[in-house]
Amino acid sequence: MASIVLKDIVKKYGDGFPAVKGVSLEIADGEFMILVGPSGCGKSTLLRMIVGLEDITDGDLEIGGRRVNEKAPRDRNLAMVFQNYALYPHLTVFENIAFPLRLAKGTFSQDEVRRRVEAAADTLELREHLDRKPANLSGGQRQRVAMGRAIVRQADAFLFDEPLSNLDAKLRGQMRTEIARMQRRLGTTTVYVTHDQTEAMTLGDRVAVLRKGELQQVASPRGLYEQPVNLFVAGFIGSPPMNFVPGEVRDDVLHLPFADVPLDDRLRSVVGDRRLVIVGFRPEHVEDAALVEDGSRGVAFRADIDVTEWLGSELYAYIPFETNPEVAKKLEELDRELDGEGLRSQVVAVLSSESRVRDGDTAELWIDPARLLVFDPESSENLTRDEEAARRIDAETEEERRAALERAQRREAASGGAEDRERSASARGAA
Amino acid sequence: MSGLSTRQRVLWVAVAVLVLLYALFPVASILATSLKPAGELQSGRFLPQNPTLGAYEQILVGGAQDLFLSALRNSIGISLIATAIAVILATLAAYAIARLDFPGKRVVLTAALGVSIFPVISIVTPLFNLWRNIGLYDTWAGLIIPYLSLTLPISIWTLSAFFRQIPWELEQAAQVDGATTWQAFRRAIVPLAAPGVFTTALIAFFIAWNDFVYGISLTSTEAARPVPAALAFFTGASQFEEPTAFISAAAVVVTIPVVVLVVLFQRQIVAGLTQGAVKG
Ligand SMILES: Nc1ncnc2c1ncn2[C@@H]1O[C@H](COP(=O)(O)OP(=O)(O)O)[C@@H](O)[C@H]1O
Ligand SMILES: [Mg+2]
Repeated sequence: MASIVLKDIVKKYGDGFPAVKGVSLEIADGEFMILVGPSGCGKSTLLRMIVGLEDITDGDLEIGGRRVNEKAPRDRNLAMVFQNYALYPHLTVFENIAFPLRLAKGTFSQDEVRRRVEAAADTLELREHLDRKPANLSGGQRQRVAMGRAIVRQADAFLFDEPLSNLDAKLRGQMRTEIARMQRRLGTTTVYVTHDQTEAMTLGDRVAVLRKGELQQVASPRGLYEQPVNLFVAGFIGSPPMNFVPGEVRDDVLHLPFADVPLDDRLRSVVGDRRLVIVGFRPEHVEDAALVEDGSRGVAFRADIDVTEWLGSELYAYIPFETNPEVAKKLEELDRELDGEGLRSQVVAVLSSESRVRDGDTAELWIDPARLLVFDPESSENLTRDEEAARRIDAETEEERRAALERAQRREAASGGAEDRERSASARGAA
Repeated sequence: MSGLSTRQRVLWVAVAVLVLLYALFPVASILATSLKPAGELQSGRFLPQNPTLGAYEQILVGGAQDLFLSALRNSIGISLIATAIAVILATLAAYAIARLDFPGKRVVLTAALGVSIFPVISIVTPLFNLWRNIGLYDTWAGLIIPYLSLTLPISIWTLSAFFRQIPWELEQAAQVDGATTWQAFRRAIVPLAAPGVFTTALIAFFIAWNDFVYGISLTSTEAARPVPAALAFFTGASQFEEPTAFISAAAVVVTIPVVVLVVLFQRQIVAGLTQGAVKG
């Protein structure tokens, strides 16, 4: 158990490439922290500096209150799960999991090793595979062996580098909940790297969003979703991603490509004297006007629907629009950064599955202006961000996290106690 | 192979048979000759009429024993030592080349390649003079050193190709798990590298074992003369008798270890070669 503190961490690779440019981050004891960002943004580099596989060019790294910049990986007592699992192909599953225990010579007796490995194998449902070689296991099983190797010893923290990216979608979902459950139960500080925003949103207590080696925002998943600091975070978090459209301000009205929104007090104050802004809104905040009961709060507008996708639980509607050349470049750049294809400018609306909107319709849609985010087209900053609300959200999530951790450990203590009683009873029976 | 039509299969078999014939006919011819008694050597027939083991007797326990057995001892000793040195040096070099980023990496590889394409025959004369001057002529060391120049380049190339496809994250995983650098190398990398090292050792051994040019040019007595060179010094029972049968018998004897090694380890050799080749 330990906290991890990064102070102005910088990484310059041998070829002079600055992969991490001054990241400061405090990870509390027992916290599940996610590092997320598009590929190449320096997540792995940061993780590898924490674990000691990469030298830190500048800054301080503290684990459990002590500076560890110069310590070798084995002296940091961290456990890591690699993207490709890095299982030892010549060893059985049992020996793979036992590997860290065997290296700590003299610390564990043969029986102790067996007991610990079997306990880890039980947690991960690997009991019947202990004698097999990694090459003969499925992807999910290999992944679990890698986790087994991490949890078998009392590491101060777990570090994961995209552990689920080699699994298929269904298995990924299962393993995701498995990792969340395990972390709650063990209460071990965890740093988890991913480029997948779904993993980031579902797993983390807090999420750190990285872009080109720079930290953009650290907040709870809800904080990122509701109060992003800039275009990048807003576009990265959420699926399908947030829609961005140019907004021209004329005569106290915000003109979007398909709707005109009269400025209210909130919008007027954030827009200021800008004539052109970028407006963002979540696909799920657009409704079919026919299904809105009280439309008085919002703005109804007509839009030409290009394509629809009916998914059973909801309906995706795609609306192409002509973008404003002054913001087109900014939006294209953003799209490239987010690993997008830059195909066409279109808005996605996630409607209720009862909606009767179909391909080629001109549909009557509806949106609540309170949901609109306004970004500065120069600085990309979110002008509508509400610091007060952001703080409140993070405080709430922190409270929920502590409660969940406590609950999980109370439950664990209760069931663990029962198991111990069982074991001693069977031991007595055997004697 | 299951997707082949009958026509294709017949073609494959035909080609395989042709290649086998081409490769094995000389071997069969030597074997047949080694079994012929002296009178039949000029008979013009392929198979001996009255096969005899006389030639083998002669080289292993008879009159030609001194010449052959000492040459055999030289060949085995020199090849083994040259192989061992080549493999150890090449392993270290290949590890560094595959694992570390250091200036001059490409230079090492290119130089190795350059050395290996340098024609042996063109350096043998200067080497002969040099060796005579510094006293390495007709010694084991005098052959081991040039053999290293033959075996090291190919060993470095095959091994670095092999090392390159070892996932280095294993080493890092071991370090995170609590291993020292040395422990990580020994427990995570060595077991994976073993097949490649083994294959390389076999290839290096064969190169040294088969050499003729250095063997004949840099030796003059039984002190260091290896088998391929010694064959040229065999004489018949009398001045008028050709030593063809003895030479054939000796050739068969020195081929045996090669065949045995390849048959025993063919799986490792194929695996080692293809792994290095495909992923290198
Ligand atoms: N060993 C290295 N030498 C030089 N540049 C590197 C090295 N490793 C990674 N990089 C660069 O650093 C950047 C961040 O890499 P990485 O941390 O692996 O990204 P991520 O894990 O976020 O995809 C990338 O642009 C990559 O090209
Ligand atoms: Mg990465």
